Amino acid sequence: MIFTIAGKELRSMFASPLAWAVLGFLQLVFAWIFLSRVDYFLTIQGQLGRVPNAPGLTEIAVVPVFGIASIVLLMSVPLLTMRLIAEERRNQTIALLMSAPVSMTEIVLGKFVAMIGFLALVNGLILLMALSLLAGGKLDFGLLAANVIGLMLLTASFAAIGLFVSCLTSHPVVAAVLTLAVFLGLWIVNIATSDPQSPLNLVSLLKHFESFMNGAVAVTDLVYFALLIVAFVVLSIRRLDADRLRA
Amino acid sequence: MVESMTTTASSEVTLSAISLSRYYGPNCAVRDISLELRRGEVLGLLGPNGAGKTTTMQMLTGNLAPTSGAVAVCGIDLIDRPTAAKARIGYLPEVPPLYKELRVDEYLRLAGRLHKVRKPALDEALARVKQRCGLPDMGQRLIGSLSKGYQQRVGVAQSIIHDPDVIILDEPTVGLDPNQIREIRALIRALGNDRSVILSTHILPEVEAICDRVQILHRGEVVFSDTIAGLKQFRGGQALLVGLRQPPAIDDLARAVSPAKVEQTGATQFRLTPEQDHDPTDTLVRAAVERNWGLYQLQPALASLEQVFVHLTQSDEQEQAAIEGAVS
Repeated sequence: MIFTIAGKELRSMFASPLAWAVLGFLQLVFAWIFLSRVDYFLTIQGQLGRVPNAPGLTEIAVVPVFGIASIVLLMSVPLLTMRLIAEERRNQTIALLMSAPVSMTEIVLGKFVAMIGFLALVNGLILLMALSLLAGGKLDFGLLAANVIGLMLLTASFAAIGLFVSCLTSHPVVAAVLTLAVFLGLWIVNIATSDPQSPLNLVSLLKHFESFMNGAVAVTDLVYFALLIVAFVVLSIRRLDADRLRA
Repeated sequence: MVESMTTTASSEVTLSAISLSRYYGPNCAVRDISLELRRGEVLGLLGPNGAGKTTTMQMLTGNLAPTSGAVAVCGIDLIDRPTAAKARIGYLPEVPPLYKELRVDEYLRLAGRLHKVRKPALDEALARVKQRCGLPDMGQRLIGSLSKGYQQRVGVAQSIIHDPDVIILDEPTVGLDPNQIREIRALIRALGNDRSVILSTHILPEVEAICDRVQILHRGEVVFSDTIAGLKQFRGGQALLVGLRQPPAIDDLARAVSPAKVEQTGATQFRLTPEQDHDPTDTLVRAAVERNWGLYQLQPALASLEQVFVHLTQSDEQEQAAIEGAVS
């Protein structure tokens, strides 16, 4: 049932030009960054051989793409999640799901899985770009894997938060703006402190994503993202259930 | 009529709601509504806008949790086992829940899958509902490009694709043209033969055209619950409106149609209220021809919905005051 809902969601997403536009725009940005980094690597390649412990192709050409991807997705995921529930409320199509023999959990997970599917596609395209370097060079697969896992977890957290905010309102645009505000808040919350031991660092999305970019897959970071995702999915279920109770 | 009533009385109860109430904060939208529906019955929920029809239907379909009361579908409690109960209900809300970006076939397949229709049976179910709802050539059309009438049909098709025992339709004929209204009514009547149907409307003749029983809601309460025959009786029984071009003296007329009460309602119009089980039509027509009264109008004098409401609500002023107290 979850996949029926997810399938419908993806179909609706790709029936509108928004998903295509976002996908095209993202790919354009990523390809631009990627090419400029590859170009940069080619110009400094000669000097790198003389530096001990020099950064490799993956560090110079691939990791920055993931860094940019995290920022660009932070700004574009709200556009995709805004309509998940808010638009169903606005068009009163939510009644189809509510009166079907489907639990709230299945509805929310279906929507979440659809978003994950879309974000996996975005991730996959970046990965394919990185793998194209194999045609003429070597990659650090450990580092690449850490980046892919990190970006996937980060964007899954975006999807969970966006889904929850979409449950709060019946205006997709309000949902988008609110979601962006929450993302930015969580992203830069650690700017408020210069103390590296500050607890604010613990809640910052950026801090946790950075360690993945450096190639470190730490349990604390995995737990952080897992908790974030589970918390917001559960909150979404609760919020949707409250609709039935209070309307 | 009698025969159909005995068959309905013996068939199983498909939907029962016991003293449903719903409050929005201190406001009472629905108070203490009970209803029971048997297989093969069409129940009309009649009431003006804001009477609580939609709220009641949302509670019956599990879209809205009642503040108090219980709903059982074929004996399955809607609150304890919502998915099992919902699988037996088909619901068409006031605004059909249509995804405008999908094609008709895609949408109906989705509705079927959501209602747990198994994949092998889905094609057959799809063909069946499209046939029933007059959509056989519309499968590849985008829902957003369909006219209001066809969208409504897709909405009805969506509500019956899983072959539910109870079908709940919220104002199914609103916004349709007379031809479409006739088709939808025929469809509802056909569905009501082997299932239970509840429909809401604020159009009195609609209820009389398709329903077996009627419950009239007013300010969130049931003020009238009876069969259609009972409703007709209530609306004025056998009273007649008569128009005569050369009207006789009122006493002459009264003598001709007696025993009946005669009132003059216009220069050439009269209202006859016969006494019980007496039909003065034949004698009236004969007298009108013989004495050259110039009969030009003869029709049953039925109270309009508004008059029914006035009658129903004035009959218990105390109760009305209580409702007003709760609403304000």
